[in-house]
Amino acid sequence: MAERAPLTALELDPVLVRIGGVYKHFPVGGFSGLAVRAVDGVDLEIRRGETLGLVGESGCGKSTLARLVTGLLPVTGGSINFDGHEITSLRGGKLRRVRRRMQMIFQDPFASLDPRMTVGDILQEPLDNFGIGTIRERRRRVQELLRLVGLNPNFTNRYPHEFSGGQRQRIGIARALAVNPSFIVCDEPVSALDVSIAAQIINLLQDLQKEFNLTYLFIAHDLAVVRHLSDRIAVMYLGKVVETADRNDIYDKPQHPYTKALLSSIPVPDPIAERGRAPISLKGEIPSPVNPPSGCRFHPRCPIARVPGICSEEEPLLVAHGAKDQVAACHFAGQF
Amino acid sequence: MLLQVEDLHTQFFTSRGVVRAVDGVTFHVDAGETLGVVGESGCGKTITALSILRLIPDPGRITSGRILFRGRDVTKMTDEEIRDFRGNDVAMIFQDPMTSLNPVTRIGSQIEEAMTAHERFTETVARPRVIELLKRVRVPAAESRVKDYPHQFSGGMRQRAMIAMGLSNEPDLLIADEPTTALDVTVQAEIIQLMKQLNRELGAAMMLITHNMALVASLCQRIIVMYAGRIVEEGPVEQIFNSPQHPYTWSLLRSVPRVDEARKDRLVSIRGMPPDLTQPPPGCKFHPRCPFVIDKCRVDPEPRLEEVAAGQVARCWVLMRNAREESVEAAKQSALSREAAEKLKEAPAAEVGGG
Repeated sequence: MAERAPLTALELDPVLVRIGGVYKHFPVGGFSGLAVRAVDGVDLEIRRGETLGLVGESGCGKSTLARLVTGLLPVTGGSINFDGHEITSLRGGKLRRVRRRMQMIFQDPFASLDPRMTVGDILQEPLDNFGIGTIRERRRRVQELLRLVGLNPNFTNRYPHEFSGGQRQRIGIARALAVNPSFIVCDEPVSALDVSIAAQIINLLQDLQKEFNLTYLFIAHDLAVVRHLSDRIAVMYLGKVVETADRNDIYDKPQHPYTKALLSSIPVPDPIAERGRAPISLKGEIPSPVNPPSGCRFHPRCPIARVPGICSEEEPLLVAHGAKDQVAACHFAGQF
Repeated sequence: MLLQVEDLHTQFFTSRGVVRAVDGVTFHVDAGETLGVVGESGCGKTITALSILRLIPDPGRITSGRILFRGRDVTKMTDEEIRDFRGNDVAMIFQDPMTSLNPVTRIGSQIEEAMTAHERFTETVARPRVIELLKRVRVPAAESRVKDYPHQFSGGMRQRAMIAMGLSNEPDLLIADEPTTALDVTVQAEIIQLMKQLNRELGAAMMLITHNMALVASLCQRIIVMYAGRIVEEGPVEQIFNSPQHPYTWSLLRSVPRVDEARKDRLVSIRGMPPDLTQPPPGCKFHPRCPFVIDKCRVDPEPRLEEVAAGQVARCWVLMRNAREESVEAAKQSALSREAAEKLKEAPAAEVGGG
């Protein structure tokens, strides 16, 4: 009994992915020493079985973070721990073994499938790569995968161009599922699709999560879709996470002024509600991530910033504010 | 009435057969109003707009119908007249501002060119007007930014420049095709506000083509819902959102999650895909995807657009108000469950041009 205790504790660790102080800087070139600070100190936890929604505007670093978490890009600094494995220090075979448990679904179903491979080959490739099963088992698995995502299992000899956008996205999902991952990063999986098709894919992702007990990191700029799918939501601005909370708390009681502005800018499909709604407009544009503003990087656009003062001088930390499980990086969190 | 489109047919003559992209569409736009045109990709929204401007690409053409702008038939205009019409009466804003601006010409010169090309303004009048227009669409520091090239503008600023160009000749009708789809949400909100203000200030009518229901709710007074090249429902915006009568409209409205609501179980998705417009299904064109389908829908000729409420018309044998409660529940639940997916066995659809 005594020997089993630590094992149980390990099994029950509610956090699957721990992102700690992660940086990714892309050098601008030359000897200027300048760099695009795409991800600039991010702390985030992704819990087992949950869907964590990650939102923010173009260029805030959400897609870069996705690629760091899945080990597709090396970090500049910081730690990414996946189920007890520090993936930033893993190399070779060990990294491959961990990677098998994390997969990615991409935005563009036209660009993410090789046009010269049949659907069968596309789905079999990950099985070949990881040497899973015999040839016959792999073939059977491919058909099973097609059925899982709602496609005809006899389509294995067709090429991606023979499928519509929604069907291609299903193939992308089947490919991600091929190796039985426990964690899937979905990077804008429905933003290129028509509304009715997007609804099909969203429902499919929910079904698969339930069936295979998957953990999702769901990245999107459509906050309505994110709220629908996620258990918790993290908001990024200029390379940093500015707020994280339960999906309903973040909408009902946003603590960071950026979250509030972002939420207020989304129109709702209801003409009567729309008449009474006024979006908060932000001053100016997102500053360059090469040279982010001092102090709180949101201060030049913030409607409640005290400048000159603490907002332009001191960088706020992500600390508890508002509801249980809610954190925000703002000196005046909730005071608006 | 500013624009009256009557029984418009626009077809594409491809090697696979005739694509009936717009198949007998009748609607009007009143002066100063904002009309929303919604539907999935490939249902004929964009082709309808391009038909009004007579910009249908080969191998397509308008095969019949009339497009009356202030009583003059656009389909019968000479080349000179159509040029004049495009420049002075109507303007179109496209989805992607980067591909619709010339990358090697300064923003100011492009807007100026749009004005002088139609000889409505001389160069001396046009130049100061460019700055005034950029100010009107809220481009900050307009005086210095007129000299910028498109790549120096952000996405939102480019879309503002496109709107400025669209407004430059004071058109009576502005056609906006997915004007905010390529933009971030905060920028989208600004462009929506801008379009609302301009509509109020200038009184220009607007035709907004989009698949974003929330955008329509925010901007439009009246809506047309298109499916497979036909209008299936039309009416005032509140009416359509509160009591949609065509199952297609009903499904479209329920397929998008709302940011202001806590999660409901599932989204209503519409099974399958829009039909191949070279061989549309017999009967009601929506019947293969309709959750409320009855035998009549498959067999009888397509229903006519019938008045269902004041100002609201719909084309359906089984209007939503007649749909039995249990079938509405069933449709909400059916949301592409695994069994439904099995049943579908959808063959890969051939992509149809347009949309």
